[in-house]
Amino acid sequence: MKNLLILGAGTAGTIMANQMRRKLDLTKWQITLLDKDPEHYYQPGFLFLPFGIYSEEDIVRPKRKFIGPGVTYLQVAVDRIDADDNKVYLTGGDSLPYDVLVVATGTAPTPEETEGMTGSDWRKKVHEFYTFEGSRALRSALNGFQGGRLVIHICEMPIKCPVAPLEFAFLADAWLSENGLREKTAITYVTPLSGAFTKPVASKVLGRLLEEKRIKVVTDFNIAKVDNEAHKIVSWDDKEVPYDLLVTVPTNMGDPMIERSGLGDELNFVPTDKHTLQSKAHKNIFVIGDATDAPTSKAGSVAHFEAEVLTENLLAFIEGKPLETRFDGHANCFIESGNGKGFLLDFNYDLEPVTGKFPVPGIGPMSLLDESRLNHMGKMAFKWIYWHVLLQGLPIPMVGHKMSLAGKNIPKGMKVPAAAE
Amino acid sequence: MSDKTINGTVVTLGEDGYMTDHSQWNRDIAAALASEEGITLTEAHWKVLDFIANDFVEKGVVPGMRRMNKVGGIPTKELYALFPDGPIKKAAKIAGYPKPASCV
Repeated sequence: MKNLLILGAGTAGTIMANQMRRKLDLTKWQITLLDKDPEHYYQPGFLFLPFGIYSEEDIVRPKRKFIGPGVTYLQVAVDRIDADDNKVYLTGGDSLPYDVLVVATGTAPTPEETEGMTGSDWRKKVHEFYTFEGSRALRSALNGFQGGRLVIHICEMPIKCPVAPLEFAFLADAWLSENGLREKTAITYVTPLSGAFTKPVASKVLGRLLEEKRIKVVTDFNIAKVDNEAHKIVSWDDKEVPYDLLVTVPTNMGDPMIERSGLGDELNFVPTDKHTLQSKAHKNIFVIGDATDAPTSKAGSVAHFEAEVLTENLLAFIEGKPLETRFDGHANCFIESGNGKGFLLDFNYDLEPVTGKFPVPGIGPMSLLDESRLNHMGKMAFKWIYWHVLLQGLPIPMVGHKMSLAGKNIPKGMKVPAAAE
Repeated sequence: MSDKTINGTVVTLGEDGYMTDHSQWNRDIAAALASEEGITLTEAHWKVLDFIANDFVEKGVVPGMRRMNKVGGIPTKELYALFPDGPIKKAAKIAGYPKPASCV
């Protein structure tokens, strides 16, 4: 028997296991999926939990429930990968050999990377919403909030779901209005970027929306420390932003196991061929989802599109054929903008988000880079799709891994990617 | 895009004032670009610029702050002292590389 090992049973790892169990000859291959945690979280829900839009039951399921027959699932912690010996060592010393390894160990907020972040204000006045416990603690903090200075902040890029802090700002604005606190609250959005978002056209649209909602934006802010006594964040060039409630996005890093294995970059992300998803250092190690260093968004939609590509490439690799399926960096992100409306972004490595209709050109029903109720409904409907279609490794009708140019309005002068034509 | 003559050499600058063709770059041009930013290049500056150049060859992008710290061994505080108000952007400009797009 040959061994396909998949590390991490999050969005990417679960989809990969479910796709490969249908494609591989299971009389010749054993598929083993490893994860240290028992729970699968619907992570987009972490954004909604603090505002009471979702409850715990909406976003937590047992991981095992989504892993189909033919996959051996082990709830174990991985100590390190020995890439020269094709083995994975577990905490405690046991080891598992592999012929092909898929690394899907994701990224996690690492507040310890910023001086003072886990100080006396942590989980009291300083919060994050990228973990289950963080999101719940923030819900309590918001419920006790009486107005004041609400600061939404990003430590450094890249972060998982780069639109999420913007969504948090929009939802906070709406939530504060509903609760009669908006006039008593100054909202500030603090980012290390030079604008509201990473991509110029979308940045302009979203920047305008922040302005409309009276959310002050502080750009080019590189945090040096959190001052827990004076309740302020301080940048390396001594800019200061005081807070009564700080909602930060801590530095995102890959799994510490990657560092122990000597396979990561300075943020523990694995250097990966952005088109084939093969690791740059080892031919039989592939990387998917947030764990890669690929220059696209760290997001569930990306993991899903990558899984389609990686399944084809794993099958090719196993048969000794060239890796011909190429990932274009396609990301598809809903942005909640508050008051039951939302935006939709669709982009890839070469084309930034533009306006248009999606998924049917000219018709939609969703609008790209434009605010609509239907986009919001799309985002809300997505939870069902995630649990029932996406994690099973089934395709989403009309939305393939290759980004489509059809239906997109390309502004004059914008370079159209050759590969997409 | 516009052409500009620096120290007798014609260089092409993008809309954002960053050089678009690194082959036009040399150390004298770096010194001239630096002085436009009010910076006189010292050995400490060159350590940063050389790291960017070597890393760009390897990675194809201008290294971020954390990479400068961890791989280049240059502390953030020092970077801000050498290149005030946005060290990565300023250093990239002087090193003759495109404006760093901070990821996605």
